[in-house]
Amino acid sequence: MTIIAIIVAVLIFWVIFSFNKLVSLRNQVKNAFTQIDIQLKRRHDLIPNLINSVKGAMKFEQETLTKVMEARAKAINAFQQGNIKEGFQNENIITQALGKLFALKEAYPELKSNQQVSQLMEELTGTENKITFARQFYNDITTKYNTQIELFPTNLIASMLGFKAFDLFELPKESAERETPKVDLTIS
Amino acid sequence: MNIYEQQSKNKKLTWIMLFVFIIFFIAIGAGFDYFYLGYTKTKYVNDTITTQKEFVPFATISSLIISIILIITSFSNGIKMIVSATGARPANFEDLKEKQFVNVVEEMSIAAGIPKPACYIVPDNDLNAFATGFSPDKSYVFITQGLLEQLNREELQAVIAHEISHIRFYDIRLMTVTAILMNAIAMISDMMARSLRRNSYSSSSSSRNRNSGGGILFLIWIILVILAPIISRMLAMAISRQREYLADAGAAELTRNPKALISALEKIRKSVQPTKNIKESVAHMCITDPRGSLIEEKSGFIADLFATHPPMEKRILALKVMAYEQSKAKA
Repeated sequence: MTIIAIIVAVLIFWVIFSFNKLVSLRNQVKNAFTQIDIQLKRRHDLIPNLINSVKGAMKFEQETLTKVMEARAKAINAFQQGNIKEGFQNENIITQALGKLFALKEAYPELKSNQQVSQLMEELTGTENKITFARQFYNDITTKYNTQIELFPTNLIASMLGFKAFDLFELPKESAERETPKVDLTIS
Repeated sequence: MNIYEQQSKNKKLTWIMLFVFIIFFIAIGAGFDYFYLGYTKTKYVNDTITTQKEFVPFATISSLIISIILIITSFSNGIKMIVSATGARPANFEDLKEKQFVNVVEEMSIAAGIPKPACYIVPDNDLNAFATGFSPDKSYVFITQGLLEQLNREELQAVIAHEISHIRFYDIRLMTVTAILMNAIAMISDMMARSLRRNSYSSSSSSRNRNSGGGILFLIWIILVILAPIISRMLAMAISRQREYLADAGAAELTRNPKALISALEKIRKSVQPTKNIKESVAHMCITDPRGSLIEEKSGFIADLFATHPPMEKRILALKVMAYEQSKAKA
């Protein structure tokens, strides 16, 4: 009788423990996604300012500039309608076009010396990086969560209580995003 | 080893350090009590004089109290003390370069999934950086003016990633506690040594007391008092050196760009001038030894014992291995 009681108690504790662990992981995943969202909004706000201040100088890049503005409009629209996938496709277009603009900055000395443009560029570069790193963190934490709900025996609780796997961000093929280095923390 | 194992290992190590140092305090204090303050009381019982030792562990208690007070004040005032000792000031958002620094710190804290640390600038032309705080929820990143001016954005990012890794691995807590205890030990053993000298000059009764205390025990205790600051420093250095490699690896993991840290470290290495504004008490928290000594470049037994950081050679080599494996994985 006592043995059964102990087993039941251990089981209950295990269920509580695993459930709480899954919930806190899931919240971290949601939090990570919010962070991406915040940075994307920040970029949407910054783009018109940048385009306006470089439009005059970058005469030969009008095509890229319009491309950025169009993709921005499409992305905002797609997110508003809840079409996440299309939204992120457009975000990728923005990332690439902006990367091109930043690289071209060197060819325009009057832009390089312009304080306001430099500040905007720095802000946008920072935001670009934040988006990249927020995605990186999202992918890391989501992989952890997804693994956790697939592993036995946690998967029993996960499926019973309706924990579902989240999608990872797939990086566009032609993007210059870096590969993960093999990091061995035991080196000494 | 992943980050969670790193964190729990560091938290455990922090407790072990605390424990070891408390034993140190008690040993030093108790020895002083035993050899010097064991009060003798003269009593008259049935017309015969008997001397009786009455044990009041005065020195043990006071050394513990002093260390506890030191720990409490360091935790509540530690950051103010560091800011005033280094002459640091908060980063200015109006300045383009400093804004970039703040942005980079924000980027790396997003990559690590921790709250953004406060950003400070140390007015010094040498290249150096350090992080401090008690937990990732409230942490601080300091860089020197020289570092801000001489590194490009990617290199700055790599250095910040190194500091953020110290924060997310809980190295900062371990190193803060170690630094406080190191100072406390130095202070107490200095006080003991001073009163030892005074006692042996002034009173002869206490030296008679000492003789009754047992020669070998006394010798061991004296050696402990003299060596305590050195031993605790060596302990702190050993921990610090190991953490540097891990923070380098952690930086590569966050930025996915070990090459940037290699070139940053090479720039830092070339500026051999000492960082004047950074005092020794925070030396082991910096990305490179602020004393600018050449001991860092040697890798022998003595260098291994007293260096706060592993030789740059070895750190760069470890990073180059990572960069190579990364390019291999890409191909």
